[in-house]
Amino acid sequence: MRWSIPGTVVAVSLVLLGAGCGSPGGDSADTAEKADNEAAKTVAKPDPSQAGDVTLTVWDQEVRGGQAAQIKRLNAAFQEKYPNVTIERVAKSFEDLNKTLKLAVSGAKAPDVVQANQGRPVMGTLVKGGLLKPLDPYAEAFDWGDRYSPLLLDLNRFSSDAAEFGGGNLYGLSQMGEIVGVFYNKKKVTEPPKTLEEFEQSLAEAKQEGDIPIQFGNLDKWPGIHEYETVLGQTATKAQVRDLVFARDGASFDTPEFQAAAEKIQGWADAGYFTPDFNGTGYDPAWQQFAKGKGRYLIAGTWLVADLAKAMGDDVGFMLVPGSAPGADPVALGGESLAFAVTSKSEQPDVAAAYIDFLTNGEAATVLAETGNLPAMPVDAAAIPDGLPGEVFAAWETLSESDGLIPYLDYATPTFYDDLSGAIQQLLAGRQDPAEFTGGVESAFRKFADAQ
Amino acid sequence: MSAPASISPPALAGAEAAPDWPLGGTRSDARPPGEPRRVGYLYLLPAFAVFAAFVLVPLGHAFWLSLWEWDGVSPGTWVGLDNYSDVVSDPALRRAFMHALVLIVFYALLPVAIGLLLAGLLARVRVRGLAFFRTVLFLPQVVAMVVVAVMWRMIYDPQNGALNELLRTVGLGSLAQSWLGDFDLALPAVGLVGTWVWYGLAMVLLTAGVQKIPPSLFDAARVDGAGMVREFFAVTLPALRGEIAVALTLTTIAALRNFDLVYITTKGGPGDATSVPAFQVYSRAFESGQVGSAAALGLSLTAVIFAISFTINRIAERGGR
Repeated sequence: MRWSIPGTVVAVSLVLLGAGCGSPGGDSADTAEKADNEAAKTVAKPDPSQAGDVTLTVWDQEVRGGQAAQIKRLNAAFQEKYPNVTIERVAKSFEDLNKTLKLAVSGAKAPDVVQANQGRPVMGTLVKGGLLKPLDPYAEAFDWGDRYSPLLLDLNRFSSDAAEFGGGNLYGLSQMGEIVGVFYNKKKVTEPPKTLEEFEQSLAEAKQEGDIPIQFGNLDKWPGIHEYETVLGQTATKAQVRDLVFARDGASFDTPEFQAAAEKIQGWADAGYFTPDFNGTGYDPAWQQFAKGKGRYLIAGTWLVADLAKAMGDDVGFMLVPGSAPGADPVALGGESLAFAVTSKSEQPDVAAAYIDFLTNGEAATVLAETGNLPAMPVDAAAIPDGLPGEVFAAWETLSESDGLIPYLDYATPTFYDDLSGAIQQLLAGRQDPAEFTGGVESAFRKFADAQ
Repeated sequence: MSAPASISPPALAGAEAAPDWPLGGTRSDARPPGEPRRVGYLYLLPAFAVFAAFVLVPLGHAFWLSLWEWDGVSPGTWVGLDNYSDVVSDPALRRAFMHALVLIVFYALLPVAIGLLLAGLLARVRVRGLAFFRTVLFLPQVVAMVVVAVMWRMIYDPQNGALNELLRTVGLGSLAQSWLGDFDLALPAVGLVGTWVWYGLAMVLLTAGVQKIPPSLFDAARVDGAGMVREFFAVTLPALRGEIAVALTLTTIAALRNFDLVYITTKGGPGDATSVPAFQVYSRAFESGQVGSAAALGLSLTAVIFAISFTINRIAERGGR
């Protein structure tokens, strides 16, 4: 390869041209202060019918089965109620949305309403960049505080500089609830266990019979977080887990309680309570095996309800993982669907807020229930379905009443998903002991927490 | 690669005989036609503009971003070359590069070795329906990598995958493994998929090269009493030097920028046993908001790819002389 001198000069100067474009992300403006001022405002309840002819661009990821059905129905109903509003819907898969959202929202033609995933990696970054609008004035005008249990609102809260998660301004509302619980095969489990001890006895029994006690596939890395945290909810207090997720002062991963959960779940793996070779088995093949009647339990989220009910009919039940004492308030991993948020660049924030209100009010809850979803907000008793979905609705109500939800650990820091999921694979394969596991994850957590 | 001796245009020979230049014959800087002139750059301009817009400027921008700690949205913090020193000092990233080097064995060395073996056989034996077999062996190259990855994920499934089922059927059930879930096996398992994908390309390149070798060389070798092995090392291998360099370059680049296969089969797991630099670039840029680090990693990877392919071609050229 031979470079001529003028050619090199031109090439290098062009490379530098690409370089010389100032600090990425623009200069540090007072986005935080602006957001706080906006959050402190009060607004009258907006009336979209007075807004004139407007188009609302909405980016959502409600693309699967019942999710797609509900958003189509609600969008149609909203446009019927307000004929002057046109909703331009951009539907994307969850992964696709997460990857393109930052660019879309920071671009010149930002959508009005977007679904932002909770936690620091997505919503936190957008708040930090001043790209989402605080919705507190609307929360007051529409009375959103009564619609949700406190944790569900906290999950959509950030301080205006995004340093604090789980408190501060409200940046979005979610439609659906999610619980990671225990599905069981009713043919094999006639009497669901009432305590964690009974649950473990049942696991041992299944193992002895040559059945698979818990169907589990961890090749995709994230399912391990759900198994670990389900157990963690029983060994640690919910405050400890929430403090860690929100990275509050004094939170730590390296505590006896977090270690106890690691010990228990590693014990289960050693005792053969999981699918053999779970680290090499995919998530989908694992639950599909459960649906075919192989295995006694499946620790998984309510997103599988429709598929499991279809495949197993009345043979599948759902319960929250039992606590140490019978009748204790249940604690379960869970949360809510991606929050609908309003972008700072939206020219129609009032209409956008009214749209979000419409997607999450009592009538919307009925539509959600009718389309096979689990509404996050209270739902009319008449709309509650029977069978497996009915059991899930009941579990959600119990959790809401006792405030028993603990949020996903991977919300905690921008890199926590990677840090934790890899470490859990090591723990379950016996390559780390519980102390190494909690110590290692803690040092990853500290890197973030200490920089705050 | 040995290029045919350049054929001089007849105009040049004629021009030498008659020093009466058709253009600017009286100018002091007169030179033969065909010699470089400034106007040549004008012809380069369109292609160069495209190259600059889509390669040079983005490259510069990536370099600029690599000097910052930036989450992709809010204002960045200047960190100078820290992101680059992390590439060297961060054990997780160092492991990712080591994994990429291991993958070169599976993506480049093995396919080329298999391709050479097949080419060597085909040089000796005339196979009926060669075109058909060549197409079949080349098929993995035609299938999209994503499809390949999804399919192999199913094949490797420990409970119901085709590989373990096969082993159990033939009575080798004790060899059945959790292919993608075992910390020591996952990387070779992913690598073998690469071998399967790339050997077809190596084979097609090398058999084409074999057909180009003058039969007289083989005849001469045989007359001299060379056996199959001797013939391969004395005739086939040296003649294929250029093709081997091309095959190695292409497959090595594929090994180093491998992303889709890892993303779909293991997501870098178990633990970080199959994490590779390209996967880290993706994960950092699009998932965990470390755009600067991703840019530094991507540029380092570019440099490594450049260095390795440059070395391969240098060695091939030097040996060719």
